[in-house]
Amino acid sequence: MGQAKLAFEHVTKVYVATRGARPAVAVQDFSLEVPENSFQCLLGPSGCGKSTLLNMAAGFVSPTSGAILVDGQPIGGAGADRGVVFQEYALFPWYTVLENVELGPRARGVPTAPRRELAEHYLGMVGLLDHRHKYPKELSGGMKQRVAIARTLANDPAIMLMDEPFGALDAQTREALQDQLLEIWETTRKTVLFVTHSIQEAVVLSDAIALLEAHPGRLVDVIHNHLPRPRERTAAQVVELEKHIYGRRYVSDAAHALG
Amino acid sequence: MATASRTLDAPTGMAGTSSDELAALELERGRLSLKPFSLLAVILFWQALALLNGAIHFYNPKLFPAPADIALAGWALAEKGDLQRHLAASVGRVAIGFAISAPIAILLGVMVAKMRLFETIVDPLVEALRPIPTLALLPIIILWFGIGETSKVFFIAYSCFFVIFTTTVLGVRNVDPVLVRAAQSLGLSRLRVYRHVIFPSALPDVLVGLRLGLSVGFFVIVAAEFIAADTGLGYLINYSRTWFQVDNMMLGAVVIGALGITSNYLLVALERHLFRWRVTSR
Repeated sequence: MGQAKLAFEHVTKVYVATRGARPAVAVQDFSLEVPENSFQCLLGPSGCGKSTLLNMAAGFVSPTSGAILVDGQPIGGAGADRGVVFQEYALFPWYTVLENVELGPRARGVPTAPRRELAEHYLGMVGLLDHRHKYPKELSGGMKQRVAIARTLANDPAIMLMDEPFGALDAQTREALQDQLLEIWETTRKTVLFVTHSIQEAVVLSDAIALLEAHPGRLVDVIHNHLPRPRERTAAQVVELEKHIYGRRYVSDAAHALG
Repeated sequence: MATASRTLDAPTGMAGTSSDELAALELERGRLSLKPFSLLAVILFWQALALLNGAIHFYNPKLFPAPADIALAGWALAEKGDLQRHLAASVGRVAIGFAISAPIAILLGVMVAKMRLFETIVDPLVEALRPIPTLALLPIIILWFGIGETSKVFFIAYSCFFVIFTTTVLGVRNVDPVLVRAAQSLGLSRLRVYRHVIFPSALPDVLVGLRLGLSVGFFVIVAAEFIAADTGLGYLINYSRTWFQVDNMMLGAVVIGALGITSNYLLVALERHLFRWRVTSR
C-alpha cells in the first residue's frame, strides 16, 4: 500500500477572531492518512472542525501549523486534483445542467465534442441525462446534488472531498443518494473523504471512520469498517457498529465533561 | 429502480410553482391590458375638460393646453424638422455620456470590490462626491468645459457614474463565495473564475445599475440644456417659455418622458432575455 493518497500531518487551525474575542482553536494536532481508493468519513458533532479540515484539504483555508499532503507533496491552494461536493450544491445558476458539468473539462481546454460526451456520460451515471438542458432552479435538492457529483466526476479528480453533501436533503432522498454514491464509487474508485454528523451515514458508506470531538476539534479514534457491501441499514452488524460508535462518543464526551 | 428514480426526479413543489407562475403571468397580462386604459381615461377627461372650457370659459387655455393642442404643436414642430433635431441632440448627448460613463463605472466598481488598494483610494472619494446633487456642479462644469457639447457630455457621464458604480460594487461583493470555491476546485484559473462566476453573477445587478444610470441621464440632460444649449428637448422647453408656448413646453416634457419609458422598457426586456436562469422575482 505504502504512501497515503491524502494525509493530514499534525494539522492545527486557530481562528484569530476580531479584536477582543479570544482566538478559537478549530482543530488541534490532527493527523490522518487516507489510503488510495478508500472511502473515509470524518464524523463528529458540530464544532469538531470537520468542515474546517475538509476546507483545508480542498485548499480554501490554510492550516495554522502542520501540513496537508497529496501523494506526499504539500498542497498549494485549491486544485482540480481535489474535487469538492458542497452541502449547498454550489451549481452555477446561469449555466444549464450540462454546462455546469462541462465547465471543468472546458476550463482544461477539452474540445466541445469530447467534453459533451464526458458530461453526458456522468449525467447518465447519476440518472439525469434527460434533465441536461434545464437550469439548476428547475431541479429538486436531490437532483442538484447529483448534478454536483456528476460535475465533480467529469473533472476526474484523484480525490473527492464531500462536505455533508446530503445534509440538507430529506431522509428518503438521502438514503437513495447514499446508495447511488456507493454504486458510483464502486465503479470509479476515487479516494473519498466524506464529512458527516450522521453515524448511520458513516457506517453505511465508509471503509474507515475518523471520530472527532469538539472544543477543540480533535481526533478521538479511527474505526475501521470491514462490513461487506451493500450494507443493509437494518442489518444486525450495521446497527451493532452504530451502537459501538455511539457508545464511544458518549463515553468520551462524559469523560471530557467530568475531566 | 424505475419508480425510485421517478420519485427522486420529481422537482419538489413543481405543481405549486407552475400554478404560481401561471397566476403571476395572468396578473401581469391583466395589468398590461389595464395600464394604457387608465392613461387613456385621464387624457380623454383632460380633453373633455378643454372642450367644456371652450363653451364656458373658466381657465386660460394658453396656460393649460389640451392634449389635442399638444399633439398639434408636436405635428407642427415635426413638420419643420425641429422636433427631430432637438430629440436627436438630447438622445445623442445622453448616449455619448452614458457610453463613456458605463465602462469606467463598471471597471472601477469591479476593482473596488475585488482590490483592497482601490477600495481604500476610490471609495472615500466616491462617498464624498455622491451626496452632492450633480445639478449643483453644473454651473461649475460649464465654466470648466464651456457651453459646447463637452460640458453636457461630461455632465451626463458624471451623473450616470454613481449609480452604475455602486450597483457594480454591490453585485461583485454579493457573489456567493461557495461558487468561487466550487470554480477553484474545478481547476479554473483566476481569470476564468471572473469569466464564469463573478461576471455572470454580478451582471443582473450591473444591468439594474445601467438602467438606473440611463434614466438619470435623461433626467439631468433637460437641466443642462436649460442653461447652456441651442438644441435639445431641454432647450425646446426653456426657449418656448420665453415665447409663452406652453403647448411646446408640454410636448418637450412628454417626449422626454416617452424616451425614459422606452429606454427602460428595452433594458427590462434585455434583462428578461438574459436572465432566464434566475428565479422569477419582482
